[in-house]
Amino acid sequence: MTGLDRFRDAFLKPELIERYLPDILSGIAVTLQIAVAVVVTGLALGLALAVVRSYGYRLVNAPVIVFVDVFRALPPLVVILIVYFGLPNLGVNIPSFAVLWLVLSLVLAAFAEEIFWSGLISVRKGQWDAARSTGLSHWQALISVVLPQAIRICVPPLTNRTIAVTKNTALGTVIGVGEIMNQGTSAMSLSGNATPLMMAAIAYVAIFVPVVALGSWIERRFAWKKA
Amino acid sequence: MDIFLFQFFNLDIMRQALPLILDGAKMTLLLCLAVIPLGLVGGLMVATGSISTSRTSRILTKGYVDFFRAVPPLVLLLVIYSGLPFAGIRLSPFMAVCLAFFLNASSFYGEIFRAGVESVGKGQWEAARSTGLTWMQTYQTVVLPQASRNVLPDLVSNTVEVIKLTSIASVVSFTELLYAADMARSVTYNTSPIVLAAILYLAVLWPVVRLVSRLEHRLGH
Repeated sequence: MTGLDRFRDAFLKPELIERYLPDILSGIAVTLQIAVAVVVTGLALGLALAVVRSYGYRLVNAPVIVFVDVFRALPPLVVILIVYFGLPNLGVNIPSFAVLWLVLSLVLAAFAEEIFWSGLISVRKGQWDAARSTGLSHWQALISVVLPQAIRICVPPLTNRTIAVTKNTALGTVIGVGEIMNQGTSAMSLSGNATPLMMAAIAYVAIFVPVVALGSWIERRFAWKKA
Repeated sequence: MDIFLFQFFNLDIMRQALPLILDGAKMTLLLCLAVIPLGLVGGLMVATGSISTSRTSRILTKGYVDFFRAVPPLVLLLVIYSGLPFAGIRLSPFMAVCLAFFLNASSFYGEIFRAGVESVGKGQWEAARSTGLTWMQTYQTVVLPQASRNVLPDLVSNTVEVIKLTSIASVVSFTELLYAADMARSVTYNTSPIVLAAILYLAVLWPVVRLVSRLEHRLGH
């Protein structure tokens, strides 16, 4: 057996690829579902918090700022373990994929709030004043004048941060969410072969290389228009 | 409320777990002292490669950066730690973490340094070269210092991410802060040790996160 054959049998064995392909594919489905759910709830919550903050009530802003800072400073895996092991002890049983979704949504919301907020304050005060002077309410001025300008500024940093948070779906393997990495590592220990692990890694690369490339493209596109 | 405090802020259990967790914190610190310089040096090499006049070097570094920015760090770490032994390469948890972080962090730092170098005007290069400095001298003493200052908020913010990321070393049984806390949790059936670890992370990183916000707003990002 040549070296190349041995390498293939350890890392990309055809029989094992065939046997574990369904597992990896189901892992891909789980990863994509959680990623999409996290992006939707995380961005929505982040935008909502930034809008709440724009009203400028100090009593409301303080908890928002604390929430944002805490979730930006804590490693996501730490929060995942606290929620995953802590909630059942309080009598709250939620499935592990829901824990992953909840925690990553909160993390994304924290970063998104900060980005939306700096977008909102980067829109000049004159825009607010002009909008309000035409008779628009705070809410109307926000929705139809300020937010459209703010969101454009936010797109590049938001894209990068969203991608970074969705890559964290791989952390779900630690609490047994059946995503790609979890399927890959459990199949690896069953078969005693690195092939499933390589398949999982290849699946991640196949998903995220285009996403990251798209992110850089969006970043460059929006940077040009600003100039 | 009592149950909540008992489960998450149990002072007795925190006190018992403290020595173990402080040992873990020391290992996290050690890990940071290893992986942050590794990432910065790797990032400088990547940035230098990506502004090179050689086309091959530019294409190679772009491929490297695009690839390692896309792979989730945990996936990279598990491939290195659990996959490489099948090729006869068995790394200790510490070495595996260092290698994974070098590959991951150098691509992120590399992109930041590259953006910094590109932000330095062409006139700086020309003026320095015209005084007789070589390309390397210009790069090191004129361009890089300005470049690093221009991207300082991004460098600090990425360093926060690297420090947070060291928590995934727990997955390959490296006895850092989160691993120690989780061990204490599994012995006590109580979440307070992990909350204590979270408090330690917050104590160190919260001020830095505040600083990053401040730097970003001041530089008008």
